[in-house]
Amino acid sequence: MSGIMTAASEPSFVVPVLLLDISLLALLVVVAFAIVRMRSLFAIVMLQGVYSLVSAAWFVSLDAVDVAFTEAAVGAGVSTVLMLSAMLLADRKSTPVPMRRQLGALTVVIIAGAAMLYAVGDMPAFGDPNSPANSYVGMDFMAKTAEEIKIPNVVTAVLASYRGYDTFGEVVVIFSAGLGVLLLLGLNGNAGRWEAKPNGQVIKDRTAPSASQADAPQSDQPEMEAST
Amino acid sequence: MSDWFAQYNYIVVIILMMTGLYIVFSSRNLIKKLAGLSVFQTSLFLLYITIGKVSGGQPPILLEDKSYGKDGGGQSLLSGPVEVAAGDAAFILPGPGSDVLYSNPLPHVLILTAIVVGVATLSIGLALTVRIREVYHTIEEDEIEAADFVYNLEGTAD
Repeated sequence: MSGIMTAASEPSFVVPVLLLDISLLALLVVVAFAIVRMRSLFAIVMLQGVYSLVSAAWFVSLDAVDVAFTEAAVGAGVSTVLMLSAMLLADRKSTPVPMRRQLGALTVVIIAGAAMLYAVGDMPAFGDPNSPANSYVGMDFMAKTAEEIKIPNVVTAVLASYRGYDTFGEVVVIFSAGLGVLLLLGLNGNAGRWEAKPNGQVIKDRTAPSASQADAPQSDQPEMEAST
Repeated sequence: MSDWFAQYNYIVVIILMMTGLYIVFSSRNLIKKLAGLSVFQTSLFLLYITIGKVSGGQPPILLEDKSYGKDGGGQSLLSGPVEVAAGDAAFILPGPGSDVLYSNPLPHVLILTAIVVGVATLSIGLALTVRIREVYHTIEEDEIEAADFVYNLEGTAD
């Protein structure tokens, strides 16, 4: 491991890399603030997909290529489709929340953010090859994959072999989630249109703008096929 | 210049995380809440990937000490069939005497798992939202609480 330290003892970045990093992060901040201000759910869902896609581009610039294509496919693709189909089954608009009811949330967020900003000084410098996270087990995987697993992609080797039980648990989580969605929505295509009568009484709709749309025939399928 | 940017990523990531958390806390619409949760989650991924970056490094895919399409003497093999067998060449490893530097693969693996689990939880949340909409005809929390009170769905009044 000492060779890594001699190879690059100083974090050195070329200026284009830094400019790319800064502009992508600035784009992410703009998109996130836009999501806060939006009221149309369609715009919110689309901007969330944009956020995932921009962060995938940012992952590529930080050498995380496997994470980048997973985020682009799953984060920007599948979860946007899931949220769009849920939005079609539920509602199109969100009602605005008065400012005085947001003050509590704003206070909590500012305090938590200030506490985290206070801790930023203890974080290792960006790109430091000698930081604790980059020194020990991660680089051991790097050194031993070639002789133990014999495949070039270290991320795949760690995911499927060194941390295989973790990946197995992930698969169990996905299966449980698919099962849960099936149990919640059913397979008969009536998701979102079924008239529920809790305690034998019908909850009258007063304000939801999409109440009439629930009776209209909808062509979209329930969202389960995509996630399983 | 890079000294000034040593902690820059962390600060922006904290701002993004708090923005996502603010969407979760402040909005009363269930789908907007889930979108905010998704933003919060993606910002956390940014934090992990930032930590795993090694400056001057490259993606953690081992380079093979072999040039494809050429024989040992550097002559092109393109006139004949090119045989490439996996695993028959030595990998260029980081270490003493090596000028190749790779980024840390471990945060990438953790985040790969987290992305997929995040979509699983998101789908459960959306399915619950659709079910809530079936009962209450709204996905605004205020109206749901009002209906709870009016129709005694919590069973607290007689």
